Amino acid sequence: MAEPLLRIRDLRVAFTTQRGTIRAVDGVSLDVAQGECLGVVGESGSGKSVTFLAVMGLIRGQGRIESGSIRFDGRELIGLDHTTYRTLRGREIAITLQDALTSLNPALTIGTQIEEVLHAHATLPRIGRSRAVRDLAVEMLRRVGIPAPESRLSDYPHQFSGGTRQRIMIAIALCCRPKLLIADEPTTALDVTIQAQVLELIGAMRQALGMSVVLITHDLGMVSEHCERVAVMYAGQIVETGPTDQVIAAPAHPYTRGLLASIPRLTELKRILMPINGQVPEPDEISAQCRFMPRCRYASDACRQPIEMRAVAADREARCILVGHAP
Amino acid sequence: MSGAVTTVPSGSAQRGCVAIIAIAIVGLFILMAIFAPFLAPHDPTAADLFRRLQPPFWLDGGELSYPLGCDSLGRDILSRIIYGARVSIFIGVIVVLLATVIGVLAGLAAGYLRGWIDTVISGLVDILLGFPYLIFAIGLMAMMGPGVGNIILALACKEWVIPCRVVRGETLAAREMVYVEAARAIGASQRTIMLREILPNILAPVIVVATMRIAQVIILEASLSFLGLGVQPPTPSWGAMVADGRSFMLDAWWVSTFPGLAILLLVLSINLAGQALREALDPKLRD
Repeated sequence: MAEPLLRIRDLRVAFTTQRGTIRAVDGVSLDVAQGECLGVVGESGSGKSVTFLAVMGLIRGQGRIESGSIRFDGRELIGLDHTTYRTLRGREIAITLQDALTSLNPALTIGTQIEEVLHAHATLPRIGRSRAVRDLAVEMLRRVGIPAPESRLSDYPHQFSGGTRQRIMIAIALCCRPKLLIADEPTTALDVTIQAQVLELIGAMRQALGMSVVLITHDLGMVSEHCERVAVMYAGQIVETGPTDQVIAAPAHPYTRGLLASIPRLTELKRILMPINGQVPEPDEISAQCRFMPRCRYASDACRQPIEMRAVAADREARCILVGHAP
Repeated sequence: MSGAVTTVPSGSAQRGCVAIIAIAIVGLFILMAIFAPFLAPHDPTAADLFRRLQPPFWLDGGELSYPLGCDSLGRDILSRIIYGARVSIFIGVIVVLLATVIGVLAGLAAGYLRGWIDTVISGLVDILLGFPYLIFAIGLMAMMGPGVGNIILALACKEWVIPCRVVRGETLAAREMVYVEAARAIGASQRTIMLREILPNILAPVIVVATMRIAQVIILEASLSFLGLGVQPPTPSWGAMVADGRSFMLDAWWVSTFPGLAILLLVLSINLAGQALREALDPKLRD
């Protein structure tokens, strides 16, 4: 099998805080194959965003990558020099940040903001360059479904609705036809109808450009509709990975099971929703045992040890000692 | 930019009126400076000893052709005020322009790049803020000697810390915004992020501060000229004119008073216009 487009191995990202060092990502390994859509699911603070900020090389300030390997398109990204990294960002790997509504610069027209990426990366002839850049910007806006794009290039972000701003963000991200798009909660703060449109747009663009997509979300329903594979994260670790349909049909990890049981379904109206009791442990409360143990219904003394990922089936793994035993 | 005036409906129309008058006065002063050779009734440097300390036209011995009277060398005060506007406005604008360019670049670098650059720039700013402005300028002028070029240099050397502090503060806030992170994510360089992403967002307070500082610089130039360290005779300067007249204050009050009033009127108008500009540019006060 060919090497996947993105291969993360044993990634550890730590943040220095006043309460000591906090490991927000602790030994994450995952693959994204060419053209694949991977869903990354987890509660807030589970480390899903930080993992992919690390891929973008955007961990700054108090944070640092402690160890691990990120290989993208056959190239190691950790330790890459700033200049080379910059040429990758936006051009080969693109990200739409969590808060789409504030990701656009309020002081610049959207035309300027789209053209900026093209000026930074696209290789266009010098003569007639600004004309070509403008045409490309219009073309991108049209592709993401913005009506009359020519006339809207000179509008400012506040003149657009939330859904449209998210579309513009996607247009900016996809301008240079990246090989990988990381969509970090692309639908938070959007209406449900708009959510569906945005996800359809990402799907359509993925088909058209043949790129891989990482969809970061806390919505398992969204993952089941749009992703071939899913990785469930809990407290800085991946607790379960596998093909989406299999994971949803028969979750192997109690946490995944809990997530699914807490989603209301129209088909089982009488079913009682099962919330997962307790809360995600604070990063500084994590000890060397199963991280989900304090909230797990199946917890036993055997869980008081570091748990490794165990194979559930072909291409499926889960981080639980019950894997392989009937619960 | 704290303590912004809250908009009271009844007062806003009145304030709008004041702002328009202030802007009109500033405009008149600028036109006066530009067209000084056509507007001045006399040569501002032509002395006429028969007209020594001639009073303004409405007093005994005054003449309508010398409406504000003459100074101790018999030069027309009105003409000298008109020409003096050139020096004051020119120095005010150039110093603030120079200081703003330096201050914006230094402030952006300090606020965005942080690290040792911030330590050096902020340290320098703190040291310069420790000096009283006039003492600093007097010291520099004493070393470099008087002259318009040296006044501009001396004032700009200290003036840049003001936009620098404003810009650094605004940049510290702006660098944490999501759109800056988004710009990094599309592979923008640090220079692009500073000049094209952050700068447009923090320009409004910079413009307002610059406008207000022009008034301050005009006062400083007048003070330096008053002390004899500024613009040198025979070039007319308001500060020097006030200084000239102070020995005749009891006999010929008009020699000092009219240039003093010119300084007052221009500085007041610039400040009021700056206030109006701030309200116009402040998104919180915009409707």
